Amino acid sequence: MKEEKFDYALRMGDTCLVLSHRLAELCSKGPFLEEDIALTNISLDLLGRCELFLDYAAELEGKGRTADDLYYRRNERQYFNQLLVERPNKDYAFVIMRQFLSDAFMLPLMNDMKLSKDERFAAIAEKGHKETAYHFRHSSSWIIRLAQGTEESRKKIEEALDELWMYTGEMFEETEGDKSLAQAGMTPSNNDLKAKWLKNVKEVFDEAGLEIPGERWMDSGGRKGEHSEYLGHMIADMQYLVRAYPNDKW
Amino acid sequence: MVNLSDRIKEIHEILREIPDPEIPVLTLSDLGIIKEVVVTGEEVEVTITPTYTGCPAMKVFEDDIISALNKAGFENVKIKTRLSPAWTTDWMSEDGRNKLRAYGIAPPVGSSDKSQLQLQKRVIQCPQCGSMNTEVISQFGSTPCKSLYRCEDCKEAFDYFKCI
Repeated sequence: MKEEKFDYALRMGDTCLVLSHRLAELCSKGPFLEEDIALTNISLDLLGRCELFLDYAAELEGKGRTADDLYYRRNERQYFNQLLVERPNKDYAFVIMRQFLSDAFMLPLMNDMKLSKDERFAAIAEKGHKETAYHFRHSSSWIIRLAQGTEESRKKIEEALDELWMYTGEMFEETEGDKSLAQAGMTPSNNDLKAKWLKNVKEVFDEAGLEIPGERWMDSGGRKGEHSEYLGHMIADMQYLVRAYPNDKW
Repeated sequence: MVNLSDRIKEIHEILREIPDPEIPVLTLSDLGIIKEVVVTGEEVEVTITPTYTGCPAMKVFEDDIISALNKAGFENVKIKTRLSPAWTTDWMSEDGRNKLRAYGIAPPVGSSDKSQLQLQKRVIQCPQCGSMNTEVISQFGSTPCKSLYRCEDCKEAFDYFKCI
């Protein structure tokens, strides 16, 4: 079970890390001060959660790698984040839609993981659930505001939904390892999560007056380390300091 | 020879005085993040529960604890982190809440049970003029633990220490 747990913790850590970095890229570029602060706050929470998952992953692996090694010393094919979160920032509606689709997933995930038979997962989720509740509240209120704002904001939020929806199918894929973890009560089952995620999305969309897109082709690959071209650029930026000054400390 | 319980008491007294690096009117004990102090021979192990996982103040806390104890002659100090039960504002002392208010930050309102995390509205009192006529400007503030509010009566913007 150790290997499956390692994979799971690494993947969760990577998803938190990549979304955290995307939000951090917006530091000082938010549409106005309060939102700038909100995005970096959420970024910080996700970075903290990433650290908890990668610390645990490093321990499970037991090969002497640290969480820092996992952040900074892998290439793009060795990251297993969801494709959704690596989509590069565009306009604010896009940033909010990406965040919302992810928050609506994280909320039931963290809530159900609190009951994990693995103490570490349960402890991380206990903390993470409180933080995600705030993130979800923030992104939901912006979905509604943008959908019901001006013609322009409505157009942008619809475009963002249209562009991002195809990355949501992947969140609920299950590897053999995922199945055995869920069966052992270590992690929530992705099937359960999908229904809960959809319910969260639908409730907010109903209030916003947005339609859930119909069946369509879903992209996939994060679990296998197959990414869009955007992740490599992000990682190059993120790892610059460590690559330029290997083994330096402060 | 000082006995063990006196040494632990001394350590607690030192820890009590360490200020929060970002909200210096609060101390570690006001926040309720010190969970346990264990002394084994020369070694002191302090267990803390982080307020927010990504909060940069947590690292400063750790350094401050170590240096304060070093200064008091405890050379061998280890910090352990305990995540569960997760930190909650329910652990904040009454004294801490009063100090926050006097400092101009509205203290957390209510208890952090499950219902409070949902999308319900809570009335936050303005720490400046005491008015209940306030509104939220942003769920997120200058540090992870705060939201930004505005008072409709005295027109001041103020921080609210979120209830989690």
